[in-house]
Amino acid sequence: MENDMKKKSLRLLYFAMLRESTGVRAEDFSTTAGTPKELYAELRDLRGFAIGEADLRVAVNGEFANLDDNLSEGDEIAFIPPVSGG
Amino acid sequence: MFELTTQPIQEESLRSSMVRSDSGGFVSFEGWVRDWNEGRRVKKLHYEAYEPLALNEGHRIVNEAFEKYPVRELRAIHRLGELKLSEIAVWVGAAGRHREEAFAACRFVIDQIKTRTPIWKKEFYEDGESEWVGCRSCAKHGNHSAVVVAQ
Repeated sequence: MENDMKKKSLRLLYFAMLRESTGVRAEDFSTTAGTPKELYAELRDLRGFAIGEADLRVAVNGEFANLDDNLSEGDEIAFIPPVSGG
Repeated sequence: MFELTTQPIQEESLRSSMVRSDSGGFVSFEGWVRDWNEGRRVKKLHYEAYEPLALNEGHRIVNEAFEKYPVRELRAIHRLGELKLSEIAVWVGAAGRHREEAFAACRFVIDQIKTRTPIWKKEFYEDGESEWVGCRSCAKHGNHSAVVVAQ
């Protein structure tokens, strides 16, 4: 559907190994991806991220979210690599 | 209370801040920077966090511990930035009327911090290499947290 293909502007935040892969802490990103899962697949192709989707969590606008949630214009997305605090 | 800091953790003042007359048991846990991991000599560590979410998740963990265990006081603090060997990376303290709830709450909070808060550790080795820890662990062990809990 035409509406589904409309591009959204998102703010992407990167941490740890993803930050080092991209070389930036954050960027504005325009995408037709409808979910964080689709967005990550697009970013993997683009950046060659090593982390598989199964090991990844996502936060949308500062809260944990599901990889299958819908993305909205202006969302701030952070993909969370496996954590290792403590 | 859950905090993040880039300054050295002052464990004595944290402990002092938790002393209360209605509590008869106090348990603390300190996570220290160790000089080896998985067979490699570690020189220093770097911790990084998604700070707003790490704080929110940390607060949620502390609140869950208060709901699960009848403790009177709970504090946890995680260090960020560069840490030398033997420095404190994380500190958890729990005070309660009796030791049982203090032990249990302290254990719960450190275990949950390690698996849930968006904090990442990079190890720098004596051979000059460096590695993000979670990435390698998830590839090797599948479920690192389960391994830790089982020990």
